[in-house]
Amino acid sequence: MNKISIKSKRVPLTGAEAVAEAMRQVRPDVVAAYPITPQTPIVEIFSKFAADGLVDTEVVTPESEHSAISIVTAASAAGARAMSASASQGLALMVEVLPATSGLRLPVVMAIANRALSAPINIHCDHSDMMAVRDLGWIEIFSENAQEAYENMFLAVKLSEHPDVLLPSMVGLDGFIISHGVEVVEIYDDEIMYNFVGSRKPQLSLFDFENPITIGPLQLTDYYFETKRQEQEAMKNALKIYLEVGKELSKITGKDYPYFEKYYLDDAEVAIVVMSSTAGTTKDVVDELRKEGKKVGLLKPKLFRPFPYDEIKEALKHTKAIGVLDRAYSFGANAPLYTDIRNALYDLPQRIPIQSYVFGLGGRDIFKHQIKDVFVELLSGKISKEEKCIGLRE
Amino acid sequence: MNKVNKVKPGATWKELPIGGTLPAASALDYKTGAWRSFVPKFDPNQCTHCMICVHYCPVMAIPTEINENGVKGWKDKIYKGVIRLETNLDYCTGCGVCAEECPTKAITMERETWEVK
Repeated sequence: MNKISIKSKRVPLTGAEAVAEAMRQVRPDVVAAYPITPQTPIVEIFSKFAADGLVDTEVVTPESEHSAISIVTAASAAGARAMSASASQGLALMVEVLPATSGLRLPVVMAIANRALSAPINIHCDHSDMMAVRDLGWIEIFSENAQEAYENMFLAVKLSEHPDVLLPSMVGLDGFIISHGVEVVEIYDDEIMYNFVGSRKPQLSLFDFENPITIGPLQLTDYYFETKRQEQEAMKNALKIYLEVGKELSKITGKDYPYFEKYYLDDAEVAIVVMSSTAGTTKDVVDELRKEGKKVGLLKPKLFRPFPYDEIKEALKHTKAIGVLDRAYSFGANAPLYTDIRNALYDLPQRIPIQSYVFGLGGRDIFKHQIKDVFVELLSGKISKEEKCIGLRE
Repeated sequence: MNKVNKVKPGATWKELPIGGTLPAASALDYKTGAWRSFVPKFDPNQCTHCMICVHYCPVMAIPTEINENGVKGWKDKIYKGVIRLETNLDYCTGCGVCAEECPTKAITMERETWEVK
């Protein structure tokens, strides 16, 4: 595991505490956020760090998420390292500003404790919040556990602030399951982690009075398209820089930071694709079925935007059937992760049967036996074009 | 830190500064006078040089200068110091705020007549 002798400590933390630790270690200049379950403990704990003088951050507590994202966007334009955190309806309230943050190319980083969208009102985990904003120019990274959430925060900051990227990032962690569940988390040394991200070096800043700039001028039919094309290029760059930044982080943690994790996938006949905490449950099922001699495997996407189409195609091309488990609907269309995986496979000469499953909406539990049923179904070749539900009362 | 260059007309997506950012005061290159359908007519003999129109003008199109000799204005008095000059029609959008706010009615709005070349 940790082959390199770097100072670290292993401590029991919730995912929220681990993310707050990461925020303390990257030393943001400005944090603005509004409380919303299950994100609240992240900023609550971080605010305590600031109040205790452990970090020299301007913590702003405005009256809404719309203001919070506006504040961090403006602070980032002024050259600050600016961060926030939210979930569900809070993220939804930020939506007006999210494409402005990315369109202005400001490297804001937010942790999102993934939670279902209202209505019906629900405080538990699913991915409908981050899936709803997946086309707004934010990098999206999903975390399986508290350890990944902690490390993804550093990846996100360094990736976002890279001069070839300059896009904001969201780090998703499953609400309650990860944000409130306690795990042993390896926390690395403060100085080492701060030096990994370094201080933010903005190329342009509203506070650079020698070189005054206009941020956010009107662009109509004449320039808007070109500016958006640049944003698309930045996303392409992010795909490359993500791996570079991951290699640098590997030097500290001894772990790898691929676009997605492969678990017994290379020789698998059938594979499940699932993100975040459910990938952990799926690994247990893979272990059990492998003991029975069944060739099953898992692909767990971590980087969801930009989406690594080619690499995912390569990783899945040998399989005979694939099941994609989405923790969100895309109403009136195929589920979001399924859509992208199916899209990635289009370039293959052969057509791999692929089945869409929706699970866990509003925090509905998913159990090992249900994931096992999916593998059994895939092995039996029962693939349909119907979008199936796991754990739904039919 | 880095400077942002002015955008050369017709620049490609690779040439533009990122995020649409421009050098400051780039609005000077944008002649908003072309929007005008009314034009302010300024009568210096009615003006007290109170600066209300100067501050209300949304596009800062009313220039001023310091004149210690003074100019003749309202009630034939001589007004010294900061003096309001003729409206800069390159930028005046003809919104009429100056005429509305002028306490001595020194500004009246008339239909703009554009010369068609």
